[in-house]
Amino acid sequence: MADLYTVADLHLTLADMTAKPLFGPAPRIEILKGLSFTIPKGAVVGIVGGSGSGKSTLGRALVRLLEPSAGTIRFDGTDITHLSEPALRPMRRRIQMIFQDPMSSLNPRHRVGTIIAEPLRLHRMDAIPKRISRALDHVGLPQHFATRYPHELSGGQRQRVGIARAIALEPNFILADEIVSGLDVSSQAQVLNLLERLVADLGLTLAFISHDLSVIRRLCQRTIVLHQGRIVEDRATAELFANPQAAYTRELLEAIPLPDPAQVWD
Amino acid sequence: MLDGRSVIRRRAGSRLWLSALWLGVLFLVALLAPWIAPHDPLAQDLFLARLPPFWVAGAEPGYWLGTDSLGRDVLSRILHGARVALLVALLAGSITCLIGATLGVLAGFLRGWVDVVISRLIDIWMAFPPVLFSILLIAVIGPSLTSIIIAIVVIDWTRFARVVRAEAMAQGAMDYVASARVAGRGRVGTMVREILPNVLPTIVVLLTLEMGIAVIVEAILSFVNLSISTDDPTWGGMISEGRTSIHQAWWVLVFPLIALFLTVLAFSQLGEGLKDRFDPVLR
Amino acid sequence: MSFLSIRKLSVRLKNGPPLLRRVSLEVAAGEVRGLVGESGAGKSMIGKAVLGILPPSVQITEGEILLDGTDLLRLPPKESRRRIGASCALIPQDPLTALNPSHRIGPQITDRLVDILGWTRTAAEARALDLLAEVQIVDPVRVLRSYPHELSGGMRQRILIASAFAAEPKLIVADEPTTALDVTVQKQILRLIAGMQARHGTALLFVTHDLGVVSKVCQNLSVLYSGLVVEDSTVADFFAGPRHPYSAALLAATPKYTDPDAGLHPVPDAVIDAVRAEVAAFDKAAAHG
Repeated sequence: MADLYTVADLHLTLADMTAKPLFGPAPRIEILKGLSFTIPKGAVVGIVGGSGSGKSTLGRALVRLLEPSAGTIRFDGTDITHLSEPALRPMRRRIQMIFQDPMSSLNPRHRVGTIIAEPLRLHRMDAIPKRISRALDHVGLPQHFATRYPHELSGGQRQRVGIARAIALEPNFILADEIVSGLDVSSQAQVLNLLERLVADLGLTLAFISHDLSVIRRLCQRTIVLHQGRIVEDRATAELFANPQAAYTRELLEAIPLPDPAQVWD
Repeated sequence: MLDGRSVIRRRAGSRLWLSALWLGVLFLVALLAPWIAPHDPLAQDLFLARLPPFWVAGAEPGYWLGTDSLGRDVLSRILHGARVALLVALLAGSITCLIGATLGVLAGFLRGWVDVVISRLIDIWMAFPPVLFSILLIAVIGPSLTSIIIAIVVIDWTRFARVVRAEAMAQGAMDYVASARVAGRGRVGTMVREILPNVLPTIVVLLTLEMGIAVIVEAILSFVNLSISTDDPTWGGMISEGRTSIHQAWWVLVFPLIALFLTVLAFSQLGEGLKDRFDPVLR
Repeated sequence: MSFLSIRKLSVRLKNGPPLLRRVSLEVAAGEVRGLVGESGAGKSMIGKAVLGILPPSVQITEGEILLDGTDLLRLPPKESRRRIGASCALIPQDPLTALNPSHRIGPQITDRLVDILGWTRTAAEARALDLLAEVQIVDPVRVLRSYPHELSGGMRQRILIASAFAAEPKLIVADEPTTALDVTVQKQILRLIAGMQARHGTALLFVTHDLGVVSKVCQNLSVLYSGLVVEDSTVADFFAGPRHPYSAALLAATPKYTDPDAGLHPVPDAVIDAVRAEVAAFDKAAAHG
């Protein structure tokens, strides 16, 4: 199978916001320290790590909300590493993202219908009302939700709106950044099932960022473990769980509290 | 929670409508002053000097709020004074807002060198003492309505720029801005469509506050005789004149003061009320 | 006799819907009880009611909160505050906002001992040093002089735990104390809390949404739905097989990486409908006295 993403020796630095020198630019911190991996077409890849591991920064580099400082990101054969915003625009339809906090990623002043329609209008797609209604169907929300405001919805419903907005554009790739970490276990299960079904039905390629290995185990065929800006392990999920190679992966696995009093925590 | 929301809404409602009512009436009065004022605001008649308001013994019918030490009708002068007050409020307020908010949104959203340039400009600007600055300005270009408005704009645009910049920066860090970019919206589009509606409540509150401030600044400059020609009635000028005869004729001071107070209060309450009304979460 | 005993506690939003529906539970000295439920189930509300920190929009309509045999709700407010202050403490959820950013760590631990419990400053400082050592903080002298922003999230949570145990409370309420932390840090913090609780023989009310966490630190648990306790059980019995369909569904929704097909099943609509009907039936019965 061909690769949708090819990432080679990716470095990314960000300005250190805590330091504010009187003159000159703020010092920069290296967040990603040389990452290389591929994402095959149609794959569901998990990206896992603790806070400060760089997993969200990596995600934002993949969808080019951030510009890498070195290395290359190729998307479907095109080098998008340093593409300018106008040059990126035609690619944007094919690369979508679902955010962690649906409350802050949905503009509080727009109705759900407008939120889903917005990207469609930007890309001059036709039959927008039909696409909105299809997207709502796909995520299992009733049609009249189009006239609601985000604050009138529950957490799980908001996250479905975020998913509907992403799939309405019929993208090739979706990045999901910690999209279930703020939800109750039952909504979490519903959203994951939904995502699993959509990936199969729509032929999507998905990168799923999470701090929770249990969720990754359920959803992803392959898992990339990040620690302090480096890839420490990148393998098929089943193998990774059965026989973790990196010390950090073992540490992560052992720290997960299983719902089972028999599990010994030493 | 629902309960608290409706309380906020009711309070916001009454203060919104009361202040809008006062300002609406004032606006009409200012517009129609030449026709509804009972007397010529400049007509002096020393035989009718220091007449008390209508409920005090010795009042003269037709001079409802009394006359000043030159025999000019206080009510007519307040009505005419409203023209200057509102003109300054509207013009100075909106020009200040336009300049300050534009620079603030640009700096806060675009960041980078645009932000550096605008922020440094604000810092340097704010280092000038404002009162001295405005007196100097008026001394140079001469006292007139235009110079008052210029003085207010020149001093107060930084207030808008600073607050709006901070708000635009906070909104810019929200994920819905990132999601607009993922959707393929350009920088200008994101600024207009995503950032602007969310900083608008802040801008509205600042604008109404600024209008209130403009009314006060005009009054202060009139008070120190740096406003328009001393013959034209202004609230500040009336307060200044009334001060000298406070023991003989308190009404010359008190009535323009009340008009000034209510107007400034109405502007600030209008802003708060509009902000709550604009908020879809509270609406 | 349990140290904390809540009997038929009902709480409602003023002029609004009930938030807790005749909740009864016991926590003995040395016992850890988990309060489990989804967001809005009322689990944090119980902890707040015990500590007397319910928001003003909320009122207690019936029931008793017995602390060491005395009903707090029947005492004058000042006396109940004094008793709560002397024997209870809280480990809060968010270590970032629970410490005052403008004070050093030292006074934030010792002030309560000195100002409210009348310790001498020297004794309080010695106690703070001991506690920081007990929560395994290296270089406690330096940490006492630090400001909160200079410390990591895990460090701050350790300090909050030390602070909670400072006055040897009989009861501690822990409100989702590890939700904001990484799993590896969560593991350390949970072991720390469990260890300290066992050593000091404290009664611990542990509010969490995570059944995995419950299985690690609690002996007993109460499962809540919409302010109603649907199951009250020992941890061993619960994980062997929950009795109530809703708590069974909650367990089936909890992910389990060792068995990828077992976890993450959404709670079935039929189960939600049934437990909602149960709540409605309860309200109807309550309305008829």
